[in-house]
Amino acid sequence: MSGGQVFGGIDVGAATTKAVLIDPDRRLLASDVRKTGVSFESCARESMDAALSSCGLEYRDLAGVFATGYGRHNVGFAHATRTEIACHARAAHHFFPRRITVVDVGGQDNKIIHIDSEGRRENFKMNRKCAAGTGVFLEEVTQRMDVPLSDMDRLARQASHVVHMGSYCTVFTKTEILAHLRAGEKVPEIVAGLIESVVKRIVEMDPLSGEVVVSGGVVAHNPILAEMLARHLGHPVQILPNAQLAGAFGAALLASEDSSASS
Amino acid sequence: MKEIMEGHFRELDQAAKTKSHKVAWCTSVGPAELLKGMGFQVFFPENHGAMLGATRMATDLIPVANAIGYSPDICSYLTSDVGAYLKGVSPISTAYPGLSGPPRPDVLVYNTNQCRDVHDWFNFYGREFNVPVIGVQTHRGVGDVTKAHVDSISSQIRGLVPKLEEISGKKLDMDEFKRVVGLSRQCTDLWKEVLQIASNVPSPLTFFDGTIQMGPAVILRGEQRAVDYYKLLLAELKKRVQDGVAAVDGEKFRIYWEGMPIWGKLRELSTQFADLNACVLASTYCSSWVFPALEPDDPFDSMARAYIELLIVRDEDYKERYFEKQVELYRIDGMIFHDAKTCPNNSNNRYGLPERLTKTYKMPMLTIHGDLNDLRCYSEEQARTNIEAYIEQLAEKKSR
Repeated sequence: MSGGQVFGGIDVGAATTKAVLIDPDRRLLASDVRKTGVSFESCARESMDAALSSCGLEYRDLAGVFATGYGRHNVGFAHATRTEIACHARAAHHFFPRRITVVDVGGQDNKIIHIDSEGRRENFKMNRKCAAGTGVFLEEVTQRMDVPLSDMDRLARQASHVVHMGSYCTVFTKTEILAHLRAGEKVPEIVAGLIESVVKRIVEMDPLSGEVVVSGGVVAHNPILAEMLARHLGHPVQILPNAQLAGAFGAALLASEDSSASS
Repeated sequence: MKEIMEGHFRELDQAAKTKSHKVAWCTSVGPAELLKGMGFQVFFPENHGAMLGATRMATDLIPVANAIGYSPDICSYLTSDVGAYLKGVSPISTAYPGLSGPPRPDVLVYNTNQCRDVHDWFNFYGREFNVPVIGVQTHRGVGDVTKAHVDSISSQIRGLVPKLEEISGKKLDMDEFKRVVGLSRQCTDLWKEVLQIASNVPSPLTFFDGTIQMGPAVILRGEQRAVDYYKLLLAELKKRVQDGVAAVDGEKFRIYWEGMPIWGKLRELSTQFADLNACVLASTYCSSWVFPALEPDDPFDSMARAYIELLIVRDEDYKERYFEKQVELYRIDGMIFHDAKTCPNNSNNRYGLPERLTKTYKMPMLTIHGDLNDLRCYSEEQARTNIEAYIEQLAEKKSR
């Protein structure tokens, strides 16, 4: 690696691509979030271009860049790749330097990562081959109701009660929503039920003991998810600062710690 | 290998066409020694199922069986094989020009030690070919193997003889039967030695090699050519150990694979693990054709014992103890459980076993969701990320 004192992380996720720049003191300098689209390589490049230009930097100023996410192997300008599990764990340990359980609710998968007090992973789990309970699940089902994703949190908070969803299949949930609408249920209560169904998918993956921290874009836009998860678990749940950027931020941190990075 | 496998399929084809021998279809851990000892040519549909998976024909054929009422949730060996039959296609005809596919059976002989699906699978062909379907119903959830278990299976195997004599038109020759059991025992001992050579560091053999090399142990056991093949293979592997030849260059991580192979993804998985300096070197699956109980002088009882000592029919406590021994024997860093969607009996992650082993060994475990043949149940990208993250985690653990 070469360049200046700035480190980059790029998270090419299934739904969105995130770029992050940090300084040597691990402070966030700039970031960018955009839809991933169909070309991982060009989206990653555009996202990093935007992050760099927002703080007047160029690629030559970067001492190191790590890529993560589904498209991590398609980022030509990255010096190395790390999995999303490694990056979310690293970012979470940065903000919560103790034994924690990280729950990342991503665009296409959920991850649960147990990390020890030193930030090392003790175990991790990903959801099965099923998108139910992930970001894309919410995207799909809210389309059916003509509810913008950005309105979900607000609507769910208006709910007088939660409409419980019985299905854990995205397609069947769409059908179930129709049945609830026909039965007279209102949109806020159904939206609350959809977020609750994400919580149900998470808690069936792991007992989630100890301190729980949630990361990822879904909770960044729908903090009510963490509140519902906390109610379900019976103990508080924290949200990672800049939760949607966690993967990219973790990648940047790992880049800054890489032994080959210049100082 | 190619030569002896081809020989096997050509002999089967000849037998069916010329009626020189009766043809029996047999489940993979069915009473093959008895059948061979009685002069049958033996065909193994599960082997055909694996070929359909490895050639990636299976995923397109499974829906053909689904359409006639065989659920996508049952054994995908069954559904892909039935689909192949209905479509009139077979990887045998591609691999061995001149052969059209599986030979027509005169009898179908099952053992439910693998699962109940094999019985239903054979019943399908029994109806299609109008031939007898006979077999052995094996106990499940077996803890200690008792005399009652052995007596039950042994009497069922003995009970097959009159029908087989009727079909073959020959009386059982006990000397020939014992000779075949003796050869099967030699084969199994050699195969066990082949597998256990992977306990060397670095391992000269991977699980992926094993899934190919196991062919003779499955379909040619009880025959001299299987014994000869494994003697040759063993000598080569011993030479590799002597020369320090590793199956995976720069082996850093030693992994145990628990569960069925993902037949259509063997190459991709093998390459990914090798790129990560991880050697998947041992498995329960390849060890499923190790039968130390076989004794030529006591063929019925020893076959019964051999076929009920299998891991697949044992209870969770036995399985836990078994895996603990494997971890120690092969000096394992990590274990990957393959949860095969359509094969519950070979998916040992479903009752908390990985979690219990993690507690015992302080070793992280990984579960991959997929299937033996139905690639619709497998998310390649998700599996790749899981594997990569798992190796990252093992690297972190080693660096402590």
